[in-house]
Amino acid sequence: MSIFENIAYYFSFDFIKYALIAGVLVSLCAALLGVSLVLKRYSMIGDGLSHVAFGAIAIAAVLDIAPMYFTLPVTIIVAIILLRMGQNSKIKGDAAIAMLSVGALAMGYLLMNVFSTNANISGDVCTTLFGSTSILTLSKQDVYTCIILAAVVILAYILFYNRLFSVTFDENFASATGTHSAVYNLSLAVITAVVIVIAMNLVGALLISALIIFPALSAMRVFKSFRSVTVCSAIIAVVCSLAGILISILCNTPVGATIVAADIAVFALFALIGKLKKA
Amino acid sequence: MALISCESVSLAYEGNTIVKDLTFTVNSGDYLCIVGENGSGKSTLMKALLGLKSPSEGKIFFGEGLHKKNIGYLPQQTAVQRDFPASVKEIVLSGCLANGKFKPFYSKKDKQTAIDNMKKLGIENLSDKCYRELSGGQQQRVLLARALCAAEKLIILDEPATGLDPVAAAEMYDIVRTLNQNDNLTVIMVSHDIEHAVNEASHILHIGNTPLFFGKKQEYLFSDAYNQLSGKGDTQ
Repeated sequence: MSIFENIAYYFSFDFIKYALIAGVLVSLCAALLGVSLVLKRYSMIGDGLSHVAFGAIAIAAVLDIAPMYFTLPVTIIVAIILLRMGQNSKIKGDAAIAMLSVGALAMGYLLMNVFSTNANISGDVCTTLFGSTSILTLSKQDVYTCIILAAVVILAYILFYNRLFSVTFDENFASATGTHSAVYNLSLAVITAVVIVIAMNLVGALLISALIIFPALSAMRVFKSFRSVTVCSAIIAVVCSLAGILISILCNTPVGATIVAADIAVFALFALIGKLKKA
Repeated sequence: MALISCESVSLAYEGNTIVKDLTFTVNSGDYLCIVGENGSGKSTLMKALLGLKSPSEGKIFFGEGLHKKNIGYLPQQTAVQRDFPASVKEIVLSGCLANGKFKPFYSKKDKQTAIDNMKKLGIENLSDKCYRELSGGQQQRVLLARALCAAEKLIILDEPATGLDPVAAAEMYDIVRTLNQNDNLTVIMVSHDIEHAVNEASHILHIGNTPLFFGKKQEYLFSDAYNQLSGKGDTQ
């Protein structure tokens, strides 16, 4: 069987289609948010939040609550707290995030171990951290959630694009000219939290920040206007997640890690192009 | 009525009062320089004028139909901006967001305003260039063009010549003087460069913990406040 026949064969399965739709949409949302997060020096918030989400999932498992109903609110609240910390810089923002992320990671693992309901703890932990195969077990409902989320994020992004640019580039100027910067920062944090919780199914808690930062960083190597960087990172995100999912199915590699590997490859390529352009 | 009048305004920063009982007025066409040492509350006062901070006591009144949204503001550059991928056009256009109500996209009129202001400052040929690749002086002009898109009557400049080489700084002062004299734009400039301040401005506000001086430039040159600050400047 050639590769194409092979791919066509896999596409006859619903779960493959679901994985592709969800994977592409979630990466797209993450990349759009990533442009602002990276430029505002908030990259670490994405990373911290994903670890918090891991801790929250562990607690939800212990308390026997549906993970989504517990993880989502907790992550949103922490996102807001982190943002506030960054503003009143009494505790240095980066130290606070580092503290929070290892703290959540450790507590999550501890809880999973002590109150384990499953014999295969390391399997559970690994799945939550690295996503493993859970993207291939998405239900129709999960896919609808992804589609609605993506539609909301993309629509909001287009409607608020100009203001988001203004706030990202210069918060003081934006506030002085009547844009409510604080509201935009808050929305950014909340939407990031939502995307992270949903994307955890895809690449796992540890790798989610790759989806947020890599496309934006790659695009910034080559492109020089905000619009071209935004469009380019959206395209990179879609291409890398498609490629990553397909390769992982064909070569039987872990989905999340394969997508991130594709992102790294694109980053290397763009960094090289950027260097050549300058020279 | 004056464009801006401050009446016994006190400003606090994290609970500490840093400016007390400040009263002054800015009339249309004035060129006011706010001078004072580091930490004297210049930036805090500027934030209060922009409506980013409310005074702990007293009141700031806007007259002649001035709305705080329509103050053109030239902030100091931030670390974020140094490697920000944005074209000059995108940045200048973002000044137009101050006009009117919420619109998702820029109108033709906005785009024309942006082009006009870029022409006025001689940067229309840089329109598609990347901001982070410009020289310091060019970057300041871009930010000033953005401020002009938002401004109707008044611009507030925060240390516009800081970090510029002497030639670029002199150009910057020329531009601001032209805007003030030819376009009848009211200018409020925060500066620690006392020499330029007294050369350029029509009025001086010198602040410390308490306002040390407010009035016309000619009077300021003979005041104790001026001797104190300029004397200190010489020994540095």
